[in-house]
Amino acid sequence: MGEEGQRTGPGAVAVAALAGAVLLFLIAPVVIILIVSFSGADYLRFPPPSLSLRWYQRFFGISAWRQAIGVSTQVALLTMVFATMLGFFASLALVRGRFRGKGAIYAFLLSPMIVPTIITAIGLYFFFARLKATGSILAMALGHTVLALPVVVIIIAATLQGFDVRFEQAALSLGASRFTALRRVTLPLIMPGVLSAALFAFLTSFDELLIPLFLSGVEVQTLTVRVWNSLLLEVDPTIAAVSSFLIGVTITVLGASALLRRHGETPGT
Amino acid sequence: MSPEPVAAADAVATVDASLAPERRDAVRYLLILLPAVLVLLALFVYPLLGIVERSAYTPKTGYTLEYYGQIWRVPVYLHVIGRTFRTSALVTLMCLALGYPLAYLLATLRPRAARLLMIVVVLPFFTSIIVRTYAWMVLLGRNGVVNQYLTRLGLTDTPLPLLYNQGGVLIGMTYVLLPYMVLTVYSVMRGIEPGLIRAAHGLGASRWQAFRRVSLPLSLPGIAGGTLLVFILSLGFFITPALMGGPSDVMIAMLIEREVEFTLNWSFASALAVILLVLTLIGFVGYNRIVRLERVFEAHD
Repeated sequence: MGEEGQRTGPGAVAVAALAGAVLLFLIAPVVIILIVSFSGADYLRFPPPSLSLRWYQRFFGISAWRQAIGVSTQVALLTMVFATMLGFFASLALVRGRFRGKGAIYAFLLSPMIVPTIITAIGLYFFFARLKATGSILAMALGHTVLALPVVVIIIAATLQGFDVRFEQAALSLGASRFTALRRVTLPLIMPGVLSAALFAFLTSFDELLIPLFLSGVEVQTLTVRVWNSLLLEVDPTIAAVSSFLIGVTITVLGASALLRRHGETPGT
Repeated sequence: MSPEPVAAADAVATVDASLAPERRDAVRYLLILLPAVLVLLALFVYPLLGIVERSAYTPKTGYTLEYYGQIWRVPVYLHVIGRTFRTSALVTLMCLALGYPLAYLLATLRPRAARLLMIVVVLPFFTSIIVRTYAWMVLLGRNGVVNQYLTRLGLTDTPLPLLYNQGGVLIGMTYVLLPYMVLTVYSVMRGIEPGLIRAAHGLGASRWQAFRRVSLPLSLPGIAGGTLLVFILSLGFFITPALMGGPSDVMIAMLIEREVEFTLNWSFASALAVILLVLTLIGFVGYNRIVRLERVFEAHD
């Protein structure tokens, strides 16, 4: 919308103050958890009276937590591979193809984002229970693929829209086959978008609780399920360290995807 | 259900030979779309249909509407549905009241400043819901950060009950859903032609008049889309109300989880899930009309 007149009336000041307060509301809880996780005190005091790494030592020292990191990582990596492969081809078809019902198919591919996850989770629970496949990493990854697919499609479709088709046409007119043009010209150029989609697919799975809550067994538990189980009992400061670890993963993904986007802006625009 | 790869290749070959190039392209694109669609049909639609079937069919009794009847007859269940609607409406209003001014401010800033402040919206947005809920439990608990400050400042002698009640649920859910509102409204406001606002000023409109007569009406699709999105997402919320609410703050999703995990009444849980699903899908169709996701694609054709 751009800037308007130079006058700053009381109304504009009020809007800016309110918006500032909302920004504080959004960021304060995240920052407070990060700070509290380094506390040296026995319970959650803010600001912490002393700093230490004791909660991180507990988090990484207990084998059940370490196992949970392993399970979450395996599920998230599988999800990333499945969702990125499926989503890449689907996005290509949706952006380039000319066929009827495209809008409806797009809405269908995005619908797992809208349907309450609890419903998707119990549907998959009934489904995998009949196959006696609950408690497996693969089942959880397949469930997360459903949730991550919309994320991948949105990101890759947006990247493909920003892609200049003339690059591909040039390759075709120079005698490349459709497949070669896709592999040698289009794919390298939209790679930043594809990688960023893969990162967000990973994050979607790593952060998600409800699918593993229903599909995980007693022994195979993700990080989020462990957090859930311990929160039902008490607000244990170890969870502040686990939470900060999860926030760290989010920051890493956001940072990497911002770098990829900057890298991707140079060619093709 | 899925065609063999060979059959698919055959299909392409036949199509290649017999169709005009344009039709051939369309079929090719439909074929690479197929895997994603099939996976969703198998792992999303089919399980959802399983829920629908379970809600209205048992091997013992055959087809029955008994479980829907139970929801209708037992007042507790209708209360839970009513409470879910009320809570969702309140959360939506709070998200609009907090999110609209922020989206407006972000849209009027220079792009670089807006992008910087957007990090504050996006970081919580992509942080696990359970982490965000935990953060508010740490803040609002009996010995939580807020109560520590209130006691230290002498504003209260005994810790205030801020958690495990409706207030806690409202704060937590508003916090988790606020980014959806901000991002939806912002995306519409960014698309408003700046010349229109300059023109309003040029014609003598004050800042407030320009906002009320130009920016506000043009941002209405954002308000409608954001409101609908936050409302339908609230209806199915589970993690935040389950951890931050008290015994009297049960919402539909929590009831479903209880019936599946503890009461083991899967048919009844399924009937509740179907009701929630239908409400959500109606909302999604409405959302798609307002914000029109497919326009993104049409613009490129």
